[in-house]
Amino acid sequence: MIVVFVETTAGDDGDVLAGPSRQALTLARSLDDDVVAVAVDDGEVDLDEVAEDAGRYGAVQLHGAWHDLLDRYGPESWAAALDGLVEELAPGVVLAAGTERGGEVLAHVAARRDLPLVANVTHAEADDAGWRLQRVRWGGSLFEHTRLEAERVLLTVQPHAVDAVEVVDPAAAELVEHDVELDDVVARTRVVEEVVTSTGVSLATAPVVVGGGRGVGSAEGFADLERLAGLLGGAVGCSRVATNNGWRPHRDQVGQTGTAIAPTIYIACGISGAIQHWAGAKSAKHVLAINTDAEANMVARADWAVVGDLHQVVPALVAAIEAR
Amino acid sequence: MRVLACIKRVPIPGAKIPLTDDGTAVDDERLGHTVSPHEECAVEEAVRLVEAHGGTSTVLTVGPPDAEEQLRAAVSTGVDQAVLVPTDGADWDPQRTAAAVVAAIGELEQADGPFDLVLFGNESADAGGFQVGIRVAVALGRPMVQGIKEVEVDGDTVRVSRPTGTTSEVYELPLPACLGVREGLNLPRYPTMRGRLVSRKATIAEVTVDGPAGGQSLVALESPPEQEVETEVLGSGPEAIERVISVLEDLKVLT
Ligand SMILES: Cc1cc2nc3c(=O)[nH]c(=O)nc-3n(C[C@H](O)[C@H](O)[C@H](O)COP(=O)(O)OP(=O)(O)OC[C@H]3O[C@@H](n4cnc5c(N)ncnc54)[C@H](O)[C@@H]3O)c2cc1C
Repeated sequence: MIVVFVETTAGDDGDVLAGPSRQALTLARSLDDDVVAVAVDDGEVDLDEVAEDAGRYGAVQLHGAWHDLLDRYGPESWAAALDGLVEELAPGVVLAAGTERGGEVLAHVAARRDLPLVANVTHAEADDAGWRLQRVRWGGSLFEHTRLEAERVLLTVQPHAVDAVEVVDPAAAELVEHDVELDDVVARTRVVEEVVTSTGVSLATAPVVVGGGRGVGSAEGFADLERLAGLLGGAVGCSRVATNNGWRPHRDQVGQTGTAIAPTIYIACGISGAIQHWAGAKSAKHVLAINTDAEANMVARADWAVVGDLHQVVPALVAAIEAR
Repeated sequence: MRVLACIKRVPIPGAKIPLTDDGTAVDDERLGHTVSPHEECAVEEAVRLVEAHGGTSTVLTVGPPDAEEQLRAAVSTGVDQAVLVPTDGADWDPQRTAAAVVAAIGELEQADGPFDLVLFGNESADAGGFQVGIRVAVALGRPMVQGIKEVEVDGDTVRVSRPTGTTSEVYELPLPACLGVREGLNLPRYPTMRGRLVSRKATIAEVTVDGPAGGQSLVALESPPEQEVETEVLGSGPEAIERVISVLEDLKVLT
């Protein structure tokens, strides 16, 4: 049996599994027929709807964990709930998506049991000698092939490494609800408040990202990039040099230690294309580089390039679009 | 208060990550070294908290003797004490690393009292296992939250927040606590001239501890296949605009 810890979101037609959880279920199915999903019942989601969606991705059962302390997210409370169900179900493998919560919850489970945890796996295969795994290092810039021997195999699945595929004849997963027991101490890491921080286009999901790096030269220099992003319904991103100089807030940073973007087009202005920056930009479907250096990495990686000064090119582009 | 920041020495790759001939490690012979930006922020936060509340800041790394360079860099930006937990040079797995950190914290706390806060980078720059800090916190029985970009200490609690896209989750942990922090928590300072001098003379304490190896063993590293792209140069200045616009129209991002 494989247990997959799943996360939920509110979709257009009801409560559904988050994309990375669907991908984790798809990977699980390639390893074992007996796939069981576990979700936390925070009182917000309708688990019947989630069970239906889990069935579409191959889960036979959905186990819901319920307790007063689970109404809001908390790494310790959610991990304790998952840990309890894992002990009860006794699977050989436990998977979660390599998301903020998935990775955090599974790491807590691993720590509680002193079991190994392999994070951000892209491929898994078992043979007589144990498990052969492929995972990412350096934010996706390097693959690692690794062997794992463990009483119970704990893995997180690298988001977007596996395509989520529905089963051919789906049936809703059987919903099994559990009142779990929790130690009160786990309440100490529950979310106490959730604050809305932005309402604009989110960088991670923007269809167009206009990025600026050292070549932009100043905080004011980003005004033209803002204008261009606005005209294209996109968001502004930046390199670490722009963040470190205080030109942009860190939430705009694209890269290994920033945000991963996946727009239709990434317009990279005055960014050299260092490997750590590219780690966050490589899922862009197309890249247009605006750079004075024809040899820059970003130019080599781009579908299109304008080899010139961004301070002339970007305002001219803005003016031309506005004049249409 | 006493604040500990845990860091890891990593190479700084250029446009590509060079591998050794046997493919089991990054060939860092010709590369400079640093720590993850997340950890630079952990170090900076330790210094700021001690500036604001008094006490001592400590930086610790589990790493090869060369990691002294990264410990001294932290001292040059204001950290009071530096501790090296020497390895045999190999990259220890997350369980072994965490066990060594726990043992080292045990020794340091026995000597000088408990740490109110232990800060980790959210994940290391190279291995990216997302777990050492959590393992340490669980072993110490202390609360821990990852992904933190705001820290505010108020008496016996620390109020922290982590962004989730369009919202921010707020947590209030009782001290002593552990945190996994992200770049953006603060803007790390550059070392001062005096800081550099101090760091050159600073004593690096060594704590020799180890833990049992975990179940994970690295077989090989591999560069992902590079997608070859033909770059079409649209021009070298404003005269390229017309062609840029038709690209945007073709992609339907401009209508
Ligand atoms: C562990 C680690 C993690 C990191 N994480 C990240 C990360 O998440 N994100 C990130 O971005 N970086 C990250 N970095 C830093 C990264 O290595 C680079 O230093 C950084 O991305 C470089 O930013 P840049 O391209 O703006 O600057 P540079 O590399 O200096 O490039 C500037 C570019 O602008 C061009 N240019 C200059 N003037 C003009 C002009 N007038 N018009 C047009 N073009 C011009 C130049 O030709 C050059 O190509 C990380 C580093 C490490 C070690």
